[in-house]
Amino acid sequence: MNKNRKTLKMPVRYLMNAVLVVLLFLALSYMTGNMLSTYQNKVLMTVGINIILAVSLNVATGYLGQLPLGHAGFMAVGAYTCALFTKYSPLPDGVSFAIGLALGAVMAGLFGVLIGVPALRLTGDYLAILTLGFGEIIRITLNNIDDVLGYSLFYGSKGLKNIPKYSNFANVFLCVVITCFLIHAMMKSRHGRAVLAIRDNEIAAESCGIQTTYYKVMAFAFSAAFAGLAGGLYACYIGVLNPSTFGFMKSIEILVMVVLGGMGSMLGSILSATVLTILPEATRSFDSYRMVIYSLVLVLMMIFRPGGLLGSYDFSMSRIVEKVMNGELFHKKNADKEGADHE
Amino acid sequence: MTVFFSQLINGLSLGSIYALIALGYSMVYGIILLLNFAHGDVIMVGAYMSWFVMNQLGLGPVTAVCATILTCTLLGVVIEKIAYTPLRSAPRISLLITAIGVSFFLEYTAELVMGSGAKVIPSYYDNKTFYLGKVPLGLTSIITLVVTVLSMLVLTFLVQKTKLGKAMRAVSEDMDAARLMGINVNSTISFTFAVGSALAGIGSVLYCCSYPQATPTMGSMLGLKAFVAAVLGGIGSIPGAMVGGIVIGLCECFVSAIGLSAWKDAVTFAILIIVLLFKPTGFLGRKVQEKV
Amino acid sequence: MKNMISRRNFLAAAGVVAAAGVLTACGGSSSTAASTAAASGSTAAAASGDTIKVGVMGPLSGNVSVYGQAVVNGATLYLKQVNANGGINGKQIEILTEDEQGDATQAVNCFTKMVDEGMTALIGDVTTTPTLAVVAESADYNMPMVTASATAEAVTYDAETDTVNANVFRATFTDPFQGIKMADYAYQKLGYTKAAVIFKKGADYNEGLAENFVNEFESLGGTIVDQESYSEGDVDFKTQLTTILGKDPETVFCPNYYEEVGQILSQAESVGLTVPFLGGDGWDGLEGYATNDQLKDTYFCANYAKGSNAEFEDAYKAEYGEEYPNGFSPLGYDAAKTVVYGLQAAEDAGLEAGTDDYKQAVIDAIASGTIDGITGTFTFDEHHDPVKQTAILTYVDGKPVLKEMF
Repeated sequence: MNKNRKTLKMPVRYLMNAVLVVLLFLALSYMTGNMLSTYQNKVLMTVGINIILAVSLNVATGYLGQLPLGHAGFMAVGAYTCALFTKYSPLPDGVSFAIGLALGAVMAGLFGVLIGVPALRLTGDYLAILTLGFGEIIRITLNNIDDVLGYSLFYGSKGLKNIPKYSNFANVFLCVVITCFLIHAMMKSRHGRAVLAIRDNEIAAESCGIQTTYYKVMAFAFSAAFAGLAGGLYACYIGVLNPSTFGFMKSIEILVMVVLGGMGSMLGSILSATVLTILPEATRSFDSYRMVIYSLVLVLMMIFRPGGLLGSYDFSMSRIVEKVMNGELFHKKNADKEGADHE
Repeated sequence: MTVFFSQLINGLSLGSIYALIALGYSMVYGIILLLNFAHGDVIMVGAYMSWFVMNQLGLGPVTAVCATILTCTLLGVVIEKIAYTPLRSAPRISLLITAIGVSFFLEYTAELVMGSGAKVIPSYYDNKTFYLGKVPLGLTSIITLVVTVLSMLVLTFLVQKTKLGKAMRAVSEDMDAARLMGINVNSTISFTFAVGSALAGIGSVLYCCSYPQATPTMGSMLGLKAFVAAVLGGIGSIPGAMVGGIVIGLCECFVSAIGLSAWKDAVTFAILIIVLLFKPTGFLGRKVQEKV
Repeated sequence: MKNMISRRNFLAAAGVVAAAGVLTACGGSSSTAASTAAASGSTAAAASGDTIKVGVMGPLSGNVSVYGQAVVNGATLYLKQVNANGGINGKQIEILTEDEQGDATQAVNCFTKMVDEGMTALIGDVTTTPTLAVVAESADYNMPMVTASATAEAVTYDAETDTVNANVFRATFTDPFQGIKMADYAYQKLGYTKAAVIFKKGADYNEGLAENFVNEFESLGGTIVDQESYSEGDVDFKTQLTTILGKDPETVFCPNYYEEVGQILSQAESVGLTVPFLGGDGWDGLEGYATNDQLKDTYFCANYAKGSNAEFEDAYKAEYGEEYPNGFSPLGYDAAKTVVYGLQAAEDAGLEAGTDDYKQAVIDAIASGTIDGITGTFTFDEHHDPVKQTAILTYVDGKPVLKEMF
């Protein structure tokens, strides 16, 4: 690699990304306040929640290379934890919401460890089925647990109602940023490289002294925790929870987003979550075909473009700036794998 | 005691349907290590075929049975050719996602075409109930059990004693080596899918005898349960699928019988998880060492 | 390298900033929501012009679309009839239809979309969970809404806080009402003293009916010999039915939807359980799913007795080319009737569509009104539930026949 190549210093990179995020936030919040209707605002919040879900599943699917089919279960854990906390906590709104979200994420992360430890001893199909089974068990338990407790806490199929609606555009946006940043930071760290090594060749990674079980469980728990965060936001967005929302279908929907965007690409997950949330809204009359098209997309993607639309490409502002500084923007050069400085 | 024996019969007849479907799962998994999620949905298409032939065309049950089995067989082969063949050398995760895609495609296309309401399938024959002492024994239960055992025997014969069976075993052992030995791998795999799907067709008919309704989503849970049965018995093993199916059927029945029916599915999945963790090869499967 | 911010320090700093952000972001949430609601209210008023916009929503695709389509078709049929007869005081009704796919998130999105389009009243939603989500959302707008089919008590009345959802009404009777009625009928009229129950667990309608049936039947002095349940997606009920058979009841209460009831009845026959079954309004549509023999001596309660209003049934057939599919269509029709009744009052008062006064006038009119529907003439009680008689139906030669009003 060329030693004279100009590069940006880390603080400059962070600053540049921070400025971009703030600009994006200002632009979007100006739009939500002035140009968008209530309906469009709601859709925007759904987009945010779906982005968190897709990006978090991407950790397990794209980076770790496993196929968990129980992501909705983790979302349910986070949603119910956050809902119960915010509903009964006497704290002021903002504090109770922040703690509720954090609790939801932590609880989902704990479930991630709990399920990850046994599940990750297996791989491939077995892991997929096992997580599917766990997801279903979580749903069935939420449905019936009140009978066992003899006390109405989760309300099962009657629906957990009167959850305070704290979610709004600003805090959903903030959570999206935090999620993307933390996942990015994790993947760029030593731990992230270990996870990628395990994906590429587990036996080789193990023989290099990487504790595969530890890192697999860690990535899995990380993925679950952010699904829990999304669940918390969802609970405080919709106001009513019912276990049937978190069925197998929900897990598949999230999976479609990740697969379409490109497994291992954060930008891909973000874009496809956005498109797959907005598109059905825009084409409501076309709705009965939606699921047929989704499933076709899954099959066709796997046959013709198994890497997803973006493959493992990730957008990096700093990379582009560096290219401009070096005057090589329009030269096809094998750019160094910079990764996801998306924000 | 009467109740106990009645429950035993209920469990056996439910279990033998699971077993039959698990056989198909097991065959396909045994040869290309693919978890064919769409297997359950092939059964669903078969059920609609039965309904179409008997209810819409007004033809007899024999035609309906033949049409159902034929449709399932063809569908299975077509799915294999279109969706799975191009992915023969792709990573396992791609195959699995494709299988999920095919499964959902069949379900939602059925919903689009047939609507989400259940279609009632006319009965193939007059169901009679015999009594063993005080225990009622339906003709359907007897037929289901007999057909399943017969299918298992025929399948065992096919795999162990015929030339095609030998080819199938060779392909599942090592695809490349089999090719070098002059075995036509593609047609062998297609044949396996055809057999597996024909079993799904038979399963579809038996299922409709016991539960005469067709809905777009009827196959998904059924497929999963059958898969659990196949894993429990040892995936790839023919008698294993049979044992697994019966065990799951009995287990579900007795969990319901003691009043925990709401937890029935949870128990089934819990069994799966325990088996996978402590004996991933199931009751009768054999261990495959991972190569470096 | 010393002047570089380490990743760890940056993370810590970012965490602090983020936490502060969540706190401040929440503080501002309630005021922005209120202001956008107010803003959309005024645009709605400007947009409505000479038509009155009525929203109709339900699951038109997905696995509960059988019910959604029935409700939406029934409601649309009535609204079209009103238009054909000159509309409300000369103003035509513009029907806004949205498909929520049986999903709560979609339902809320559909609701706000229709609000943005200038909806003045809503007919919907159909199933319980999405309806509860829409109810929670609609309170912010005080939007008059009439659900045709959501039977859960919580839709109109919140037991946790002991408040009535002021803007929500329903055209169907509630879970408790049906369960109690059928228990009364079984014990008092049919003279049964030993009953068993089989119901779907994890489904609010089925659980609600079963629970109230059991309580009422026992308080009358009857015995519930067995309670069996199953879950969503189950098709094998033989185990539960065999257990029931072993307890030897005189009747079985089966408050489920007709497709599953069909399976249960035929499997009951095959395990040798031949006692008569009783059911709720989910049975409407059962013919064809069970044989005449299996339906003998069964009774169920319904909002609408098939054949009691030929005019409606003919109109439905003429409009959609098929017979009305189940009891949801007449309820959709009556929900539309209720909404139009309210709108008529607001129009008569000369209020401007979409204003707060207009919405309140619609709500007040419905709350105090008497609706002459095809499922009976009804008024609303203090919980906004309809007060009407129940039709008890039985099957003769496989066809539902009105036995009596009870």
